[in-house]
Amino acid sequence: MTDLRYEAPATADAAIALLAKATGTTRILAGGTDVLVQLHADMIEPELVVDIKRIPGLNGISREAGGWRFGATATGIELMDHEGFSKAWPGIIDGVKLIGSMQVKGRATVAGNLCNASPAADSVPPLMSSGVIATVVGPNGKRDIPVSDVCTGPGKTSLAKGEIVTSFFVPDAPPHSGSAYLRFTPRTEMDIAVVGVSVNITLDASGTCTAATMALGAVAEKPILVPDAAKALVGTKVDEAALDKLAAVASAACRPIDDKRGTKIFRIKVAGVLAKRTAAIALQRAKGGAK
Amino acid sequence: MARHHVNCTINGDHVDYLCDTSQSLLDVLRDELELTGTKEGCATGDCGACSVIVDGVLVCSCLAMGAEMNGKSIETVEGMASGNELHPLQRHFIDKIALQCGICTPGLLMASRKLLERNPDPSEEEIRFWLAGNLCRCTGYNNIVDAVKAAAAEMRGA
Ligand code: FES
Ligand code: FES
Repeated sequence: MTDLRYEAPATADAAIALLAKATGTTRILAGGTDVLVQLHADMIEPELVVDIKRIPGLNGISREAGGWRFGATATGIELMDHEGFSKAWPGIIDGVKLIGSMQVKGRATVAGNLCNASPAADSVPPLMSSGVIATVVGPNGKRDIPVSDVCTGPGKTSLAKGEIVTSFFVPDAPPHSGSAYLRFTPRTEMDIAVVGVSVNITLDASGTCTAATMALGAVAEKPILVPDAAKALVGTKVDEAALDKLAAVASAACRPIDDKRGTKIFRIKVAGVLAKRTAAIALQRAKGGAK
Repeated sequence: MARHHVNCTINGDHVDYLCDTSQSLLDVLRDELELTGTKEGCATGDCGACSVIVDGVLVCSCLAMGAEMNGKSIETVEGMASGNELHPLQRHFIDKIALQCGICTPGLLMASRKLLERNPDPSEEEIRFWLAGNLCRCTGYNNIVDAVKAAAAEMRGA
């Protein structure tokens, strides 16, 4: 990486222009917790690293009409420490909390977690099941796309050359909604998901489920939404029978690989088990319970 | 190779340095500034030996570029004691024999200091979770947890 260039532009337009002009490999530097590892291991030899942390407006967490918005450079710790956001979106926070150590969360961003495009990224399933929208800017202007449209495969995204995720919009959930994310790892901390499950549930005043979404991580080439989750839960009180259906739906949606962290069969089974447990937590939260 | 001129504050002192794009903050501290208290265990964010505090946030210095640090305030283990007076965490690490080879110790001290700033009375579970990113291959961790608890109690005046 003898010719590696580092730039810290002051505007998004300048960042886009730098990235669009580059002919070789480029990397956007936000938290750097993936980029620096890739550089160190000589996995990549970029010609240009664009640090986006000096761009005003890409940071912070704020309210806007109909939801929350947080910037591409908002770190894991900032999200966890934000009282309003973490109270509203415990499922997203469950995912963020599992990204590496406290040291890593002090730098790592959700935008980086998404754009690094690991199928096992912990914050991505909760963003997907929560209907989060990514705002992307690039040489051809600005577009808003569902987070579920960003990752296309291991290390691959749908972003075009020069495009940057600048922020996320998290639309408010209706009253009596709850969200949760759980993953399976051999170790409690500092590990990569073998399976990750995110569930969002909305109830009516009588406790009947009116909407449900589920997303799975580490069981396919990218994090996936499971549309059949709604069929399993909507119209029920999220009782044992409904949870069993959800488990079956989760297992059926998996198309995992065998690797050193888990076999196909194990992942398919665990996805079902975790779907039930995650839904139980989301249900508790929808009912206003502490957990 | 591009050289970057960086102005920042380290342990309260104004510092400026030149670094290459390829140098991490850890490389800069150790190789350019001779602040070798901060250790390298893995250089991939897994072991926490390189933990420092940047603008009040605990981070792995191996996962930050030296070139990024313009205007930043950096705290390292060298700034922990005041003169000859050790920080309570440092004293209790010695008292409880919370180290053997000592490679993990500067990182654990920085991480523990940040924990006690945020939470002056952490439970054992909270200590263990907070320090999950700091690996120690020597002590078995129990003495480290005891040292953090003892320092916390002293600092609370308990
Ligand atoms: S040297 Fe930075 S985490 Fe190991
Ligand atoms: S004392 Fe040797 S690694 Fe912790």
